[in-house]
Amino acid sequence: MIGVFLVFPGLWTLYIGATNFRLTGVSAREPDFVGLDNFERALTDQTFYHSLWLTLIFVFGSAVVGQNGLGFTLAWALRDARKWIRRTLEALVLLAWILPSSVVAFLWIAMLDRDGGTINALLGTVPGIAWTVEYPLLSIIVFNIWRGTAFSMMLYSAALSSIPPSHLETARLAGSSGTQTLRDVVFPHIKRHALTNTLLITLWTFNDFTPFLITASDYDAEIIATFIYNKAIVGGEMGYSGAISLLVLLMNLLLALVYLRVARRRLA
Amino acid sequence: MMLVVKRILTYVVMGVGTAFFALPVLWLLSAPLDDTPTYAVRPPRTFSLDNFASIMDNRYAVASLVNSTILSLGTMVLVVSAAALAAYALSRARVPGRDALIYLLLLLSSVVTGTAAMVPIFLLIFQLGLIDSHFGVILVLTGGLLPAAIFLLKDFIDTIPPSFEESARVFGASPLQILRQIVVPVARPGLATIAVWTVVQVWGSFLTPFILLRDPDKQPAAVLVRTFYTEGGSPNLGLIAAFSLLYSIPVVLMYLLAWSRYGFRFHGGIKT
Amino acid sequence: MTIGRFVAGAALLAVTMATTGCLGKDSPTDSGQNADAKEFSLTIAANSISGGKNAAGADWIEKYVIPKFIEDQRAKGRTAKVTFQPSGASDEDYKSKIALDLRSGSGADIYSIDGIWVGEFADAGYIKPLDDVVGKDKVDAWDGWKQIPPSVQGNMSYEGKRFGVPSGTDGRVIYFNKKLFADAGLPTTWQPTSWDDIISAAQTIKSRLPGVTPIQLNAGTAMGEATTMQGALPLLVGAGQEIWSGGKWQGNTQAVRDMLGLYERVYSAGLGDNVLQQDAKGRDKSFQAFAEGRMAILLEGDYFWRGVVEPQKGIAKMADRNDKVGYAKIPAIRPSAGIRGQSFVSMSGGGGHVLNPASKFKQQAWELLQFMNGKDATVAQLAGAARITQRQDVNNEVLAGDPMLSFVAKEVLPLTAYRPGFAVYPRVSQALQQATLDVVGGTKTADAAAAYAKAVETIVGADKVAN
Repeated sequence: MIGVFLVFPGLWTLYIGATNFRLTGVSAREPDFVGLDNFERALTDQTFYHSLWLTLIFVFGSAVVGQNGLGFTLAWALRDARKWIRRTLEALVLLAWILPSSVVAFLWIAMLDRDGGTINALLGTVPGIAWTVEYPLLSIIVFNIWRGTAFSMMLYSAALSSIPPSHLETARLAGSSGTQTLRDVVFPHIKRHALTNTLLITLWTFNDFTPFLITASDYDAEIIATFIYNKAIVGGEMGYSGAISLLVLLMNLLLALVYLRVARRRLA
Repeated sequence: MMLVVKRILTYVVMGVGTAFFALPVLWLLSAPLDDTPTYAVRPPRTFSLDNFASIMDNRYAVASLVNSTILSLGTMVLVVSAAALAAYALSRARVPGRDALIYLLLLLSSVVTGTAAMVPIFLLIFQLGLIDSHFGVILVLTGGLLPAAIFLLKDFIDTIPPSFEESARVFGASPLQILRQIVVPVARPGLATIAVWTVVQVWGSFLTPFILLRDPDKQPAAVLVRTFYTEGGSPNLGLIAAFSLLYSIPVVLMYLLAWSRYGFRFHGGIKT
Repeated sequence: MTIGRFVAGAALLAVTMATTGCLGKDSPTDSGQNADAKEFSLTIAANSISGGKNAAGADWIEKYVIPKFIEDQRAKGRTAKVTFQPSGASDEDYKSKIALDLRSGSGADIYSIDGIWVGEFADAGYIKPLDDVVGKDKVDAWDGWKQIPPSVQGNMSYEGKRFGVPSGTDGRVIYFNKKLFADAGLPTTWQPTSWDDIISAAQTIKSRLPGVTPIQLNAGTAMGEATTMQGALPLLVGAGQEIWSGGKWQGNTQAVRDMLGLYERVYSAGLGDNVLQQDAKGRDKSFQAFAEGRMAILLEGDYFWRGVVEPQKGIAKMADRNDKVGYAKIPAIRPSAGIRGQSFVSMSGGGGHVLNPASKFKQQAWELLQFMNGKDATVAQLAGAARITQRQDVNNEVLAGDPMLSFVAKEVLPLTAYRPGFAVYPRVSQALQQATLDVVGGTKTADAAAAYAKAVETIVGADKVAN
């Protein structure tokens, strides 16, 4: 099944990346094989590197640090909180994750809006700050932390719950402090999950298109997913967008190797 | 003393967390009740339940939630069972480079869920004669979600000491029995995690069902919510907000149910 | 390993399928197929859905067209089964969906599409001229063509051939808030005759009404096509040039510099709201601002009147729309300086219906299409609301009750122009949007125009750009 519904269309998509195929127009009728032209076009485009750099900041800030950190903190803090508190907060965090992206965009525009936005109302800024225009990258980083923390929280609480309570009990009886327990008992137990989580959310954040709905095509927030939209989807250029998908894939492979390296050194 | 500080700290984290996650959702509470909603959180100027009435009049609304449920549960069953088997096999098999293989599949899955894969996916499903069927959508979604599910689940299964299974084997348990009676209970938080994750992914997925389904009575809620726009492409904020509320409730309930029943590892039965 | 072998096999299959024609295909058309069938089934697909997007259009097809057509056919001794396939997505998503259907040789028999897609779909071989699908004699025999003005027919034509029947059109005008104009001491029966008139009115408002945004001239990439259609292109035709004519696209020409120059005059002098143009929801917010009396002048299509500030169902309702909202023709840069020497200009769009060349019942589908565009059906489509239809006879009757729409039908449509329907158009449009964004961001007109011309050259090739 993986073969038919994953490998096959996946490779086909990558093949399309080597053509000038479009959904409509003349090149929909007779797509030409253009070899590496699409890749050359992307790699010689200055704006591609610009958006690659922004994506790295975005991924690092919102996923690697933000979602990971907040997700773990929440999972840890909620571990033995009262049941109703735990359920309420979990439901809120989850809500952020499950709302359809088009709706989420409305929520955050209402949040960051210059004229009637909640943040400006709370800060009492007059005239209001147009957050999405003046601080676009920061806006989408905070947004994405809000949007995606649920997954990390869920994974970490699942991971924490699989630490045998006896281990924690032993640590407590041995009189180790909170940080010591975290370091010596909890962390070794969840490190594999942490690595998995980081790899997954990195990949997902790379491909996430939702920030576009908040900042539109603001050049200072043009992350790769937005770049693909602006350069390939608007013009219906399936070939070009297939090629960029492959580049993004390679980039993720590279990042994965970096993570593995760090993980080996730190955790071995 | 330490305890007090710790407790205060915990509450501060939770307070800030709650505020951070609750603030943006406020709009979802004010806009549906407003006759003329804007992009501002404010008490409704003219309070009205018209938006909900319009949603209830919409003949696709309820059906779309049912469809979303069918799609997500169907995909969830496939993903969870296939991922459990695959992750168990991969965790126990000594295949060189299996981690790399899973990761490569994972990368490929990110390509398949992108827009660029639209044409191959459509033509594939068309050739299989599965256009306009929920089953086709479920298969495509499963294919895209499976690698990440396997990837996640393998970590949970890896933590089960093989000695458990060996002792079970000594007592004459079949591989399937071992899977059901030892692996599943221990990996339960992991299974619950991917189950919830799958439901959420399918619940929000737009492009695949949109492209593959034709009959409006088969469309899921994520497709329906995109219909509340005008011909000029402007959103009908009132309807969107009202429907979003209805849209979210089933998933939150499902999560709370699944999590309180299956989310925690059952420690009592196994001595570690 | 088996997985490896499978991967290799799948890759091979993918390449074979792609090269042997799954990516590109062409199928012959047989117009006479099933022409005499006593029983037939047809499907109509449109981007409208009951209770959602274009709900009125969906209700019309389901409650009027289908039952009436079936009845009509029964009287002729034929059993028709007609189904409606609604959608309610963004135009881009809908376009992808029907492109996939048409490419696989399946799908509905009649599709509603935007006129701007006709060229791309025709080039891709997804749709064919009506003459080829149903036969020239059959097409010419329809008496409805006489009621549809040639310019409107042109919206569903490509390279001089009719591909479908248009189902209405629209026109762009300048809206202004009469109350704000009165407060500022400006005439409430305003009709600017040059761009200078617009600027001077905006300046008056700026000086006399603090807190009011004098003018909204859509700019930037965030608003997408709304920037092009309600900003760049109306100004461009007002400066005497269409974006594409005689085989060439506008590059760094005088008209483009004039167009960007107006943007500079508006946005460098604080007459417009620069930040709003970059806002992801800038267009919706501009509607809200206008409806709430915080914006004085706005360039929009008649859709704004029918769907935005409409007192009951609009998305930014104005209870006193008829008293407060004024409208005027868009002037050329100077009298007689617009395209075709006009003093006033506009841009139009609009959709229509095409036949699927792979339909099993082409003759019956054509009959249904004629039925849908007949006088009675067109009147029924309006369901009491006013909208500019494709048919003159209907417009004369129904628009009488709505002064704004009859203004557009009588005074604006004769002046209007349409966009070129090429597959590269969306990217040229994007380049125009970027140029306006640059100007709003403070770039000088000359630099923005030069950067724009360069962008267009990479899109269409330097030999197809006029400089």
